[in-house]
Amino acid sequence: MTSTSTDNLCIPIEDSALARIAGALVAGGGEVRNLRRLSGGASQETWAFELVAAADGLTHRLILRRAPGGTFQHSTAAGLEIEAAIIRTMAANGIPVPEVRHVLDPDDGLGRGFVTSHVDGETIARRVLRDATFTAVRPALPALFGQVLAGIHGSPTAGLPELRLTCLGATLDLLRNEVRALSTPRPVFEVAIRWLEDHVLPDVPPVLVHGDFRLGNLIIADDGIAAVLDWELVHLGDPMEDLAWLCATPWRFGNVDQPVAGLGAREDLFAAYEAAGGTVDRARVRWWDVASALRWGVNCAAMTPLFRDGTDPSVERAMIARRASENEIDLLRLIYLGD
Amino acid sequence: MQDEPKPAEILAAVAAFLREEVQPHLKGNTAFQLRVAINALELVRRECGITVEQGAHENALLAKVLAMEGETMTLTGELARRIAARQIDPFAPDVAACLWTITEAKLEVDQPTYGGLTRARAKLAVAEKEMDR
Repeated sequence: MTSTSTDNLCIPIEDSALARIAGALVAGGGEVRNLRRLSGGASQETWAFELVAAADGLTHRLILRRAPGGTFQHSTAAGLEIEAAIIRTMAANGIPVPEVRHVLDPDDGLGRGFVTSHVDGETIARRVLRDATFTAVRPALPALFGQVLAGIHGSPTAGLPELRLTCLGATLDLLRNEVRALSTPRPVFEVAIRWLEDHVLPDVPPVLVHGDFRLGNLIIADDGIAAVLDWELVHLGDPMEDLAWLCATPWRFGNVDQPVAGLGAREDLFAAYEAAGGTVDRARVRWWDVASALRWGVNCAAMTPLFRDGTDPSVERAMIARRASENEIDLLRLIYLGD
Repeated sequence: MQDEPKPAEILAAVAAFLREEVQPHLKGNTAFQLRVAINALELVRRECGITVEQGAHENALLAKVLAMEGETMTLTGELARRIAARQIDPFAPDVAACLWTITEAKLEVDQPTYGGLTRARAKLAVAEKEMDR
């Protein structure tokens, strides 16, 4: 849901507050210009601004990601400080990520978050899938995704900050509890729970999993992947989770017949993943295919109480809740037709 | 209450007014939110269009697989409960057909053009053809 509006949670940032950290962003500090909230991101605020360095007059394009209203954090989120630390580690491992310039300190008075360099390219999925700028790169993207994911999954886990560990059993327990807590009965979700129970597999040694690797969270340039963003759901677990999530039906953005992000065939993704050192386990991918569809369906369905109790009374929230049925038909297709 | 025009007809007119007269004057986030609101009106319009017969058909399918009668919501809850308790086999042909039918009926209201629905129907048609052979 990249377009989700969180204006009700939006607390404006003063240029002066940003000016206070200018010295941490560029040697000698500078003048903050053109601060604006970027659209998108229900669980984090993203702001863009420019910093004109006092020393040499050069303009630095920067991005601030912070907790909504400065402090809110979702229960499954790793936390912004951890996210920043992971991004720095990924940069050192050669994964394309934006450069972290500063992690907010409570004394900065800006809440929790971090500032990165701006990266040129496109995040909006429909543009990546349709605009002429990306015509040449599109066929190469599934393989590039495989390559980058193998790099993330192959990262050494020693020395990383403490991360949530998500095995199949824990995922299943969480999903089951969430399905049972929904405000309306959903037989198809129960079929999915049952299928996941019957097909659960032994855990594998946990690796670093991005947790939300899909168009919308990637900056795509006309020659490839410019940056992997949105590390807020990063955790340790089964690498096949990322492969399945990238292929989930909602993340095909209308190009449903192209399983990998609406761009191409699973074979291209898998072959590149293996060429880059990963190992694809089809049975596990399939388990995560079903878990992914159920995950997204539960997320949608759980919007109803938030809409009703006034937490977010927007029309958009109601309409997201009504998308739960999309996940139900996806689950039927996955479970009954093996697609 | 019964009078004319019907709710669905009025909603269609409101949606058309918003799309044709208001939308062109908006931009940015407000334009986006209006598009969402128009989609919401269209969803409600489709739900208003569900016939008594369609509702009764869905209820009858549920009643048949559960061998009990009741309100559709009660039966849906009972079906969910029995699947969870492993008291009914979701892969039995009549149960599977019931699940597909009630889900497709939801999509017809929520998002009739959803690509996942198109793909699911295409794959189902292929699977049924293979079974016939």
